[in-house]
Formats: sequence, C-alpha cells, structure tokens
Amino acid sequence: MLVTRALPDAAGYYGPFGGRYVPETLVAALDELEASFQRHHRDPAFVKELESLLHLYAGRPTPTYHAARLSRELGGAQIYLKREDLAHTGAHKINNALGQGLLARVSGKRRVIAETGAGQHGVASATVCAMLGLDCVVYMGEEDVHRQALNVARMRVLGADVISVTSGTRTLKDAINEALRDWVTNVETTFYLFGSATGPHPYPRIVREFQRVIGREARAQIQDLAGRLPDTVIACVNGGSNAIGIFSAFIEDPDVALIGVEAGGRGGDQGEHAATVECGTLGILHGARSLLLQDEGGQIIGTHSIAAGLDYPGVGPELAYLHHVGRADFATFGDADAMDALQLLAQTEGIIPALESAHAIAGALRIAPEVSRDHIILVNLSGRGDKDMETIAARLGTRA
Amino acid sequence: MNRIDASFQSAKAESRLVLAPYVTVGYPTRESAVELALAYVEAGADMLEIGMPFSDPIADGPTVQLASQIALEGGVWLEDAFHLVERIRSHTDIPLALMGYANPFMQFGLGALARESSAAGADGLIVPDVLPEHAHDIESANARHGLHVIRFAAPTTPLARLRQIGQGARGFIYCVSVTGVTGSRAQLSESLPAYLARVGKATTIPRVVGFGISKPEHLRSLHGRAEGAIVASALIDIVQASPPGRGIEAAAAHVRSLAAAA
Ligand SMILES: Cc1ncc(COP(=O)(O)O)c(C=O)c1O
Repeated sequence: MLVTRALPDAAGYYGPFGGRYVPETLVAALDELEASFQRHHRDPAFVKELESLLHLYAGRPTPTYHAARLSRELGGAQIYLKREDLAHTGAHKINNALGQGLLARVSGKRRVIAETGAGQHGVASATVCAMLGLDCVVYMGEEDVHRQALNVARMRVLGADVISVTSGTRTLKDAINEALRDWVTNVETTFYLFGSATGPHPYPRIVREFQRVIGREARAQIQDLAGRLPDTVIACVNGGSNAIGIFSAFIEDPDVALIGVEAGGRGGDQGEHAATVECGTLGILHGARSLLLQDEGGQIIGTHSIAAGLDYPGVGPELAYLHHVGRADFATFGDADAMDALQLLAQTEGIIPALESAHAIAGALRIAPEVSRDHIILVNLSGRGDKDMETIAARLGTRA
Repeated sequence: MNRIDASFQSAKAESRLVLAPYVTVGYPTRESAVELALAYVEAGADMLEIGMPFSDPIADGPTVQLASQIALEGGVWLEDAFHLVERIRSHTDIPLALMGYANPFMQFGLGALARESSAAGADGLIVPDVLPEHAHDIESANARHGLHVIRFAAPTTPLARLRQIGQGARGFIYCVSVTGVTGSRAQLSESLPAYLARVGKATTIPRVVGFGISKPEHLRSLHGRAEGAIVASALIDIVQASPPGRGIEAAAAHVRSLAAAA
C-alpha cells in the first residue's frame, strides 16, 4: 500500500519530484512559511478558526450528489459529484485561500499577492483578503483577463488590484513568473498566496493540506449515500490542487482508481494542449522539479486549453509522483469533449460546470458506459461555469 | 589555477574591483553577441558573465527578459552559448562565467554541461535557481572539470545560512544587492554596506555585487566593501536605446567608464 501522507521528505521531494528551485532571496520567506505552517496547521485554535470559516463563511461541507439522470443516460456507472461549485466564490480554491489567508494574517504581512488563471484563485484570494482586511494584488495573464472578464470584475469589486501580465504567453505561466518577481522584490512585506499544489516546497504540501477537506468530506458522504467507497475518483488537473484534495482521502485504498484529467486543447500538436503528464518530461519550472511541457533545449512550451485554469505547462510534484509509482492514471480530453460534457451535465442535471471541471466530467462520460451499474464514479466538480458563460456562448454560437 | 581565482588575486593586488559585464547569448543578434563581448573586453572588463536565455526567467526584470526574448526568437540553444564562450576565449584570457536557469542546463545533462563548458573555455557556472542544498550534483560534475559553481547571497539570507553558503563556495559569492529582480537602479540600497559586511563576516570568498549596478559612482562606493561587480541591465538598456548599429560602441563606452571606477 502506498502511503504519501509522509511525503514530502524534509527537502520537499516526492520521489524525484518537488524540491525548492528558487532564487536565494526567497529562501528565508519559504523557511518562515514552512515553520509557520508546521506550528499552526495542527494548532487547535488555528484549526477551529479555519473549520469555522469553512463552515460558516464558505458553506462547507459541500454536498456529494448522485447524478441519477446523467448516470441513467449513460447506462453504466453511478456518477456522484462532489459539489465544490457550491462553495463560496464558486470553486474549491476558497479552501486553500482561507487556510493560507490565516497564515498570512499570523505572518503579520499585510500585503498578499496571488496568481490566477481562470480567475477562481484570484477571486478566492481577493475574497479572503477583503474578509481579513489584507491588501490583495492578483497577477493574471492578459489572455485570461479577456476570457475570464467576469472574474476580473469580481476581484476589482472585492477591492483587489488585478495586474494584467503581458509577457510570454500571457497566461497562467507568465502570471506566476510576475508574481514570483513581485515576491522576490517585496518579500519582507508580502505573503504569496499560492493557488495550486505546485511551486517550491512547502507550497505543494500546504495546498494539499488545505484541500484535503474535499476528500475527507467526500469519503464520508459517499459511504453514507452508497454504503461503500467509490471504484473510481476523477478530477481535472492543472497544478493539481482539486485533484490532490480529493485523491488524498483514497490514496491508501488500493481498490479505488484515481484518474486525473488534463486538457487536450485542440489536439496533440505542440502548443495545442496542456497534457503535461501525458506528454511532458522531467524539468524545473516555478520552483519545483516535475513533469513539464518543454522543448529539447529546456525552454518551456506554450499551451492551449479552452479552460484558462488548465492552460499551464506544469503539474504538481505529488501528482507527478502518484503517476510515476502507478497509483494514479491520467487521461486527456480536449476542448470539444469538455464542451460536450458541459452541455450534457447542464441538460441532464441542471448543473453548469466550470470548463475546467467539465474536463473531469468528460472523463466520467468516457468510462461510465463501459462499466456495470454498480460501479461508482466520484467526480470532483471543482467549480461552477458562471465565469465561462461568454466563452461557452461564443462557442455554441459558432456551432449553431 | 582557475581564471576566476587568478582574477581576484590580481585585482586585490591592484586594489581594484573585478568588473564583470553581462552578455546575453544571441543578443543583440546571434552574430553580434561576440562583438559585444569583445568590445567589453577591449573596454576593460575583468570577467564576463555569459547569460543563456530562458523562457521563464523569474530572477530577471524587464530589461534582461527583453534581451532573452529577442535571443530566443532568434533561435538560440545552449550550444550557441558554448560557441560564444569558445569564440571569446580565442581572443582573451579573462574569466568567463556561464549563467543560466536550471532547466535548460538540466535538459542538456549536468555532466555534458560541465564537459562542454570546460572545453569551450568557461571557468564557472552561475545558476540563480539552484540553491546550495540542491547543488551537489552540479557542483561535483563541474569540480571534475575545474569549474566553479557560483553561490548566491541575498539581503534576506541570515548569518547562519551565509556561513553555510560560504563553506564549500568557490570563486566568488554572487551578492544580490537588493531584494528584487535584475534591473538598473539609480541608487544602491542604503543597507548594502551592512549586508556586504555580514557576508564578509561569514566567508572570505570574494564578494561580487550584482543587480542594479549601473554607474561609476556605484563602483566607487563598493571599494573596500566588495571585491567585484556585475553589470547587466544598464548595458542592455544602452544597447536598446542606441540607434541601429551604434549599440555596441555605446555600451562599450559605458564599460570603459565603469572600468575606470573599478
Ligand atoms: C474550477 C477550477 N477547477 C480546477 C482548476 C485547476 O486547478 P487545480 O489543478 O489546482 O485544481 C481551476 C483553476 O483555476 C479552477 O478554477
């Protein structure tokens, strides 16, 4: 039985993945963050405050819902949805933002920075900063500022400063570059509220711990509803925070298959997708050693996905490790698959998922018809689709 | 003796700072990078930092990013860096340190990197995103070829860690002058002297100040506080601001005025 809860090791590695590849200027801040996390995350007062916020502010526990009509339509597995879309701000990102927000508050640093792709982590960060009375600056690639305009407006209403990043590919990768440059510059006054289970140690661990609540709840809920554990757990994967959040509760159950779904974009050509685990190779980006989409010279390759929150050439080290040791499988579904899945879920269940989460639904649609009716698939519905309505409408418009 | 060590010895004997201008591989163009480097040597550079561009340079400000982007659009590979070092080496005996981010180096392979760098005539490697605690493989691969892997210090580095960095450091300590990214600054930080003194307390390895150095007066203020200085963005800014065809000459003139203050 594989146990990863003991990982990372002291240097931040999950097998060959992880570590801390950053400029010397950031070492002291990362050490401080690690020490603060160690001190607080099991401290009863901290835990109590976080749990109370997750409950009373973020609306947890989120339900696990049996998508009976969708399951019937597919004629196979019973599909259950972990409804992270119902959490405050509309995605799982709030879980981590609340946890790190409390760490920011105890750090005494009054300025918080964050990166965002789909804007969900940016909105969650802006929300938590507003609630805790902290200043918030969000870096977002120019392309994402346009395609997730609604979330940009939300962040601004919440009082955050949204900085449009025009370097490189103008997406999440470049937003992280800019946020890291800000942090290197303002490290003494600034807390970096990192949004996914990647980046330099200790971020992958911290984000996993704060997203673990998804799996903890889902495990108890599915046992209540179905009387047993699921056969398959599916989550979409970018950096991997929603995936590791739900997987973490099932890693030690060898009979539960774990499947991460990456963005296949427009197809298999270089630059047209974000299938990092499937197509990537070992490398170093944004502070961690993990799988990456890169050319032979080690330059990072641009990506594409209809889902801004999956449009990134890296993946978190723990997921890379779970793949490496064979504990998790990865699949790739493209823009068109995600759109089809989104419409089917909307029309059979009345739930419009985020385009990111629609990739996980696409994974379930592929498997469900091939297995028996007592097979249970648990899908992490990581967020809701409101932010994507312009993209969705435009896409449907061109098809009509 | 490694040329880096020799250079600090003779600079010390002359009470001079080691002045190290930075050259981006493939910038201004793949061809003219060597002209720029040789113009700096001619103007009095004591050492050169040869920077291999990376698509995601998190320690660099807009100026070095721009030069990197121009070079990458021109299609540079790590082989071009070796080639540039080799061409510079055929004209001069000053130390050459190859700078680059971890990923392109790792893809090339650390053993091959050390071998090729050494064969081309480099004397050291500077990798801003590899910390000493992760540097075992790259340090030992390079030590086999007599190359120094340069370690960094930052204003945020505590004294105890500075001591650890000093232990086993080779060549010089790259002292990042400010919390921040590369980029020309009008003034040096007021806390720089105290920080350099802290580094000096932790180690006897020469201190080379980088990030933000742009003017002769900056160099003058470093006398007695550091053993060398790296100048990057200020020179790239001059190349960018010059009329076409005049950039190399203008940047070299600035190196000459810096060398006079070193
Ligand atoms: C709704 C939603 N799901 C998933 C993701 C992907 O991130 P991660 O892999 O960290 O869960 C995002 C990122 O923006 C998101 O907004």
